Amino acid sequence: MKHRIHPLLIAATVVTFLFLLGPLVVIIGAALSDTSFLTFPPQGLTLRWFSNIFEISAFTRTMGTSFMLAVGGTTLSMLIGIPAAYAMARYRVELPAFLGNVFVLPILIPEIVLGFSLMKSLAAGIGLPIMAALLIGHALLVLPYTVRVVGASLNSFDFSIEEAAVSLGCPRLKAFFIVVLPNIRAGIIAGFILAFITSLNDVSISIFLTGPGVSTLPIQLLAHMEQFFDPTIASVSVLLMGVTVAVMAVVERTLGLTFLTK
Amino acid sequence: MTQSLTLENITAHYGTTKVLEDLSLHIAEGELVSLLGSSGCGKTTTLRLVAGFLEPTSGAIRLGARDLTRLPAHSRDIGLVFQTYALFPHLTVRDNVGFGLKQRKIGGAERTRRVDEMIERVGLGALADRHPANLSGGQRQRVALARALVIDPPLLMFDEPLSNLDAKLRVDMRVEIRRLQQANGTTALYVTHDQEEAFSISDRVAIMKGGRIMQLDTPEVLYSRPANAFVADFVGFDNMVDMRVISDMGESVTAEMDGGAQIVLPKSQFTVPGKKFIFAARPDGLLVSAAPGAEGIPATLGLRTYIGRAYQYTCETPGGSVAANGPLSAPLESGANVTLVPQPEQCCLLPAE
Repeated sequence: MKHRIHPLLIAATVVTFLFLLGPLVVIIGAALSDTSFLTFPPQGLTLRWFSNIFEISAFTRTMGTSFMLAVGGTTLSMLIGIPAAYAMARYRVELPAFLGNVFVLPILIPEIVLGFSLMKSLAAGIGLPIMAALLIGHALLVLPYTVRVVGASLNSFDFSIEEAAVSLGCPRLKAFFIVVLPNIRAGIIAGFILAFITSLNDVSISIFLTGPGVSTLPIQLLAHMEQFFDPTIASVSVLLMGVTVAVMAVVERTLGLTFLTK
Repeated sequence: MTQSLTLENITAHYGTTKVLEDLSLHIAEGELVSLLGSSGCGKTTTLRLVAGFLEPTSGAIRLGARDLTRLPAHSRDIGLVFQTYALFPHLTVRDNVGFGLKQRKIGGAERTRRVDEMIERVGLGALADRHPANLSGGQRQRVALARALVIDPPLLMFDEPLSNLDAKLRVDMRVEIRRLQQANGTTALYVTHDQEEAFSISDRVAIMKGGRIMQLDTPEVLYSRPANAFVADFVGFDNMVDMRVISDMGESVTAEMDGGAQIVLPKSQFTVPGKKFIFAARPDGLLVSAAPGAEGIPATLGLRTYIGRAYQYTCETPGGSVAANGPLSAPLESGANVTLVPQPEQCCLLPAE
């Protein structure tokens, strides 16, 4: 049977892809431009703006900080988020319903308000070191993602499987590790990736919590842009994009991307 | 190894709602007892209490000489088969079956031998390396059964194990369950809402309602001599008529229903439980007869329906509306005046409530 696709559908698809991919093409083009200012289309081609990233110590230093923060903050949020999601799924009837919303609050509160209040309470209030405040801030920022994504996995988990393990002589805690965790693995990985990328790209929390000597890559990018309007900004953006693509590629290879949309 | 199970005066609550009230139950060694009732009757709660997933408010649970009441669930040593099978999705059939032995630190050759033997016994030898997702419903239930049996538990429990299977497979599986349970001589507690399923495989059945056992007896006794109106209704005594004794003539008793109709009940076939009682009958227990002079309850026929082995009529009697069956050979028309002749083996007398 011949399947005719409506021309409008084709047009809408093309426009959507242009809308999504167009800006990325512009950034990649600008990053390759052999000029000392940002421009598109690129005039001449060079990779020197990429090597330039690694020559500016502020970029390499903040890149390290950003990765540490993303890994640390996400891990911290997992340590809080997995038990929380487990409790809410397992004891759905016994626990009050509003509890689920509590963990989404960081998304609902304007990020700039969250950032400011964290600065007032963590940094200015109790005087935490910058790195500690950033870590807590990022953990809080990504907590909604980990709780929701892991929670979605747990909601489709049949808890009688856990009970079966217990009835066969496995203590509750051990059953959690050897029966529950392996079966919500996809949710944990998906949550980790979402949280990791969110943390890596965050500006509004970090801008309040960074301070003398400690900054993150996106904040450094902003600072750099205020002084120099050169293609390094574009090349750093491309690099961040590359990290995201690399993470996705690894996921696709190991698990298949479809599990993210489950 | 098999042990008896005893529940003594168990009361249980969900929050402030009482779900079981003063429930006592004894299952002898090697016996299979079913808990039968509609949802919310407390049958699953009872099973979960024995499994250790819930704690009773008061009362005691004993398995053989062991007191289970406050023992953590993983120390109870009970084989459990779930409605949803509850297989470990990330493990193969072999590892699913071996899980319990692994927890018991039984390893190496012995585990392999026992697991393989059990997989053979449930007829899944060819599928041992598959994951549960690649099995049919019936095969999954066999794995669940093997997984519960391989630990050689003193008690097996089944929580509606067949309700996710289609009708044909249900019959096969329940025979299989009964065969394996009897072969091992394992004490078993079986929870179901399906009367046919419970009656077909159980030594005794407890019919439950509102957190209490209404009657606990063999299927034969429950079917023919229910102890109260609830059980009678459950096993198909659709017609219940209030009666009072008006005369006792030694050999038989004459009783009258509201509206004045009288029936004579021979004592050889009926035990009258008191001055006032309930006369209960299945539709088959009231034979529609158009013969003049038949002895029974006078009635006027209403709607006639065909049920395969007989015609069923809704009948208006002085005591109310009842359902009665008449022979296929003589269909009768609506409005006919007939007599409903009690058939003692399909009737029973219950104490007034």
